[in-house]
Amino acid sequence: MSERSLIVLQRLTAMVLAPCVIAHVAVIAIAFRDGLTAGEILGRVQDNVGWAAFYALFVIAAAVHAPIGLRSVLVEWGALPRRMVDIVMAAFAVLLLITGLRAVFAVVWGAP
Amino acid sequence: MTDTIPVRVWRGGDAGAFQTFDVALRDNQTVLDIVTDIQRRQDPTLSYRFACRVGVCGSCAMTVNGVPRWTCRTHVAKVAAEGVLTLEPLRNLPRLKDLAVDMTPFFDKWQKAGGTFEGRKTRDDAVDPVKPGSRARKAADAAIECINCAVCYAACDVVDWDPDYLGPAALNRVWTLVNDRRHARRSDTLDKAAQSGGCGSCHSQGACMRHCPVGLSPTESIAGLKRALLFSLLGGRL
Ligand code: HEM
Ligand code: SF4
Ligand code: SF4
Ligand code: FES
Repeated sequence: MSERSLIVLQRLTAMVLAPCVIAHVAVIAIAFRDGLTAGEILGRVQDNVGWAAFYALFVIAAAVHAPIGLRSVLVEWGALPRRMVDIVMAAFAVLLLITGLRAVFAVVWGAP
Repeated sequence: MTDTIPVRVWRGGDAGAFQTFDVALRDNQTVLDIVTDIQRRQDPTLSYRFACRVGVCGSCAMTVNGVPRWTCRTHVAKVAAEGVLTLEPLRNLPRLKDLAVDMTPFFDKWQKAGGTFEGRKTRDDAVDPVKPGSRARKAADAAIECINCAVCYAACDVVDWDPDYLGPAALNRVWTLVNDRRHARRSDTLDKAAQSGGCGSCHSQGACMRHCPVGLSPTESIAGLKRALLFSLLGGRL
């Protein structure tokens, strides 16, 4: 992927992440205020496709966004050659994607 | 008897040491005046660079008490509050001798960043007018007065950490070009700005902006480049 696409992708995903974080915090606040138990929360989100879609989008944006930013930090850090940094960050993106989506799936449809 | 100030001056290249000179204080004395005084009266072998002495040529930058500055427009009274001056060559550039650095990497990166204008018209065409009040012209205006002093380059930690980083001045120049409507290769120029070591490496933390002696903000210019890259997506370029 070109450097140009990476810069653009980081910006685009940042624009997705900002409203996602706000919504996420709002949801937590509501759950707290209503004094919901874990069981009640799970009851609300289970089989809720809208909820699953929202958090899946959140996970995908984070998995793209964070490794691109951390990549330039690792390059500066200088401990790894550039190619190695790219490989490690690609692996990190995949890890975030898999663990994140797995968590969303497990909450909405039960453990896989 | 006139008052004097102890001035610690870096002597030598990478391997070297500080040498202390006592220099007579005068009214309205600049740091460059001090260096010149040392060279004229105490040690003619002291190497440093200057030309215009009035803040135009960009050749006199040094590290003054740990901070990169243009020495011809820096008053001693302003920077030597503790009564001592420590003068070193600019950071992030190879040291040649004493206070002179090799500026080659700085200007090589200027080339690599691709800030070269390419016209669309020939000498036979009418002049393409640029409206002074247009947004693009105003953006270019805000960044155009760079004197190539490399103060920002010395101030930037990313330059220190990543030897491939093009640095604030070169990217600031590219931003002025991207805003020149007469420039024929805007998309190629943006490609170069985004190259490995380009605008994606900047952390927007602003040391360049803080130290630029003519008050430019390469930070803003680089943010502008990132924004332009995002908008170029609307034109179908990713
Ligand atoms: C609330 C959600 C987030 C928002 C709105 C956000 C926004 C941004 C923005 C606007 C940038 C600058 C991009 C650019 O200059 O083109 C950025 C950079 C970055 N982001 Fe995020 N981000 C978020 C979450 C995260 C998370 C969870 C991480 C995980 C570590 C992260 C890591 C980074 C890194 C490392 C950079 C690069 C910083 C730099 O180069 O100085 N961000 N982010
Ligand atoms: S804003 Fe960017 S170019 Fe300026 S000092 Fe910081 S990292 Fe360097
Ligand atoms: S941007 Fe400012 S500090 Fe950097 S080279 Fe130009 S004039 Fe000097
Ligand atoms: S001598 Fe020209 S800018 Fe200082």
